[in-house]
Amino acid sequence: MSTATILHVDMDAFYASVAERDDPSLKGKAVVVGAGVRSVVLSANYQARTFGIHAAMPVSKAQRLAPHAIFIAPNHARYSEVSEHVMEIFHSFTPMVEPISLDEAFLDVTGAQRLLGTGRQIAVAIRAKVEATEGITCSVGIAPSKFIAKLASGRCKPNGILEIPSDRILTFLHPLPVKAIWGVGPKTAEALERLGLRTVADVANTPRATLIRALGEATGASLYELAWGRDYRDVVSDEPEKSISAAETFPRDIDDPEIILQEFLRLTEKASGRLRERSLFAKTISIKVRYADFTTISRSKTLPLAVDSSHDIYDVVKNLYKALRIDGARLRLVGVSLENLEADAPEQMLLGARERGWRQAEGAVDKAQARFGAGSVRPGRLIEPETPK
Amino acid sequence: MKFTVDQHALADAVNWVSRSLSTRPIMTALLGIVINAEKGEVFLSGSDLETSSKAHFKADVLTPGKVLVPGRLLAEISRSLPNKTVTVELEGSRVLVNAGSAKFTLPTLSLNDYPTLPELPATTGVINSDLFAQAVAQVAIAAGRDDSLPTLTGVHIEINQDTVTLAATDRYRLAVREVQWQATQPNFETTALLRARTFAEAAKSLTGTKNVSISLAPSISNDRLAGFIAESKSMTSRMLDGTFPPYRHLLPQEVTTTAVIEVAPFLDSVHRVALVTDKTVPLRLSFTSNSVELEAGAGEEAQATEAVEILLTGEPITIAFNPTFLADGLQAVGTPFVQISFTGSNKPAILTGKTEKDGGLVENYRYLLMPMRYAS
Repeated sequence: MSTATILHVDMDAFYASVAERDDPSLKGKAVVVGAGVRSVVLSANYQARTFGIHAAMPVSKAQRLAPHAIFIAPNHARYSEVSEHVMEIFHSFTPMVEPISLDEAFLDVTGAQRLLGTGRQIAVAIRAKVEATEGITCSVGIAPSKFIAKLASGRCKPNGILEIPSDRILTFLHPLPVKAIWGVGPKTAEALERLGLRTVADVANTPRATLIRALGEATGASLYELAWGRDYRDVVSDEPEKSISAAETFPRDIDDPEIILQEFLRLTEKASGRLRERSLFAKTISIKVRYADFTTISRSKTLPLAVDSSHDIYDVVKNLYKALRIDGARLRLVGVSLENLEADAPEQMLLGARERGWRQAEGAVDKAQARFGAGSVRPGRLIEPETPK
Repeated sequence: MKFTVDQHALADAVNWVSRSLSTRPIMTALLGIVINAEKGEVFLSGSDLETSSKAHFKADVLTPGKVLVPGRLLAEISRSLPNKTVTVELEGSRVLVNAGSAKFTLPTLSLNDYPTLPELPATTGVINSDLFAQAVAQVAIAAGRDDSLPTLTGVHIEINQDTVTLAATDRYRLAVREVQWQATQPNFETTALLRARTFAEAAKSLTGTKNVSISLAPSISNDRLAGFIAESKSMTSRMLDGTFPPYRHLLPQEVTTTAVIEVAPFLDSVHRVALVTDKTVPLRLSFTSNSVELEAGAGEEAQATEAVEILLTGEPITIAFNPTFLADGLQAVGTPFVQISFTGSNKPAILTGKTEKDGGLVENYRYLLMPMRYAS
């Protein structure tokens, strides 16, 4: 097999960089994106990071760490716009672009090298073009696989390039902590720690069978492969949508099941509306709740047949929530996610149900909303009572 | 306590009683089977509080007494003992089970914590055991398996003097069976709802006996129990709460198309064509003047088609079903031929049995099946 050349391009402190570029007065200051005492840090520039601030940290904590830092509200529309421009730049080098999020993507430049030079030369060109046209910097990892390329970009941030050729993969990879391996979260890391495995080299030198026994077939086997730098995943351009989700952080913690269910209904409406807009059907429905102490749990149910009606989806959401039996617990955030999306779905009709069911009724609601605006037709439970004058 | 008994009699009784044991009961005592040896007879009982089973057999009781032993273990042991005379004896806090050269020792559980099991309500009617098992199996197939809709996991029983009507539905299909019995109480009318799985298993394991006596506590009593007795075995089961949905109005009044098909080849075709897809993906059926074409799969998936000869009356029709639900119904009618009646592609179809191709309909059983349809 000939060696592939994969780039992992990652914008440096993307949201914060966009903010700095749009407002030059922020240059040189600690900038944190994420405003409101109850939200979390979405992005922090490198000055802010020197105070120990990092993404996903509660804003309140970040404010304690760096009271003088500038906290700004996120501007998602702006980030999407910049992201689109950046992705366009990537596409001008190769059609093989797999966006991971707004601010990072894998590029397979194996075929582009003949015209555009080596992987490193392409990386230099991409970085120059992004900085020149968008005014923000990015870091690029270059390697024969996605896994190593992503690790490399993480090790050269900010504003850097790191190339790991095939013959240097193991010297680069093996000294790293196990957490560097793709898919190793806190739980797996803990399990590995119990086996006395701290570095990637430790994992690589453990028999495959032992890893499978400790972590299960799928995780054990993939960990072993990755520990030897073997990652066979291709760069997949323009992957179809994998999930549609909607979540809401309450302005204050809520313990009233009525209000929580109402929020779930609203989020269900939102997510399933987007599902129908794309003419998709979801087979798996999951909910997420975050407690006041940030503990987050999620539950999901896979249905025998994919659905797209808010009514059917809300039935599942409601049962998932009720099965948690957390009446009285204070919640900070709830979310609904639709996964396992399919392009068409047969429907098993119900005995005694009308020939035109929820699916058809909601098709009509969507049409009305398209014409008269969102919110023109809503479930009764979501209509605010009119305040008497 | 000490008694001797033939291995078959012991194994049969223990097997019946162990049906009511739960693997994870709410109290340890319920893991056990109570053995009560009295003069010339031994009584066994087991319960998970929802159902309770009892059995008794004649035995040579040398020392009367009562013990509680782990039920699953006793069931395994009595099944595997050689076919000889078995001696069961309490020695200290352990029970010894010997047959020929095989010897087992079982621990005992404390009888103090064991709950009092309910008594059987008075008998309401008697029915042939094989007929009973067949009728229950025919409807239990359509019961729901979703525990979040408990009412639909049940079989609805309606007694109107000499007629028993059994019904079950999971909202996708509905099975209704009428069967005659001998009511022991005059002018008795009641309804009951029993968990389909429990009911079908009990009915099945009572086959081979002659008659089953059924007792249903009247609708007004608080603690609603149903009981079944056949010879030396009995079982009580708590009824399910909730109101079974009214279903009679779902049976279509008019029919636009009927197709008569030989069950065995049609069922084989259904199984084969359904191989190419998931169990929940529709099987499309096109009924034309003398054949039905079965088709599954679409686009880039695997596809299969097949045709079976039929006798059609009325308009040709195209309709889609969940293949498992269709196969369930074809098996449940239990006759060599089936008549499928339609009123439209989005309306329920009815499966009715026919013993001969041009014979009369077996009207005592109907299986109603809702079709599937595509969004686009």
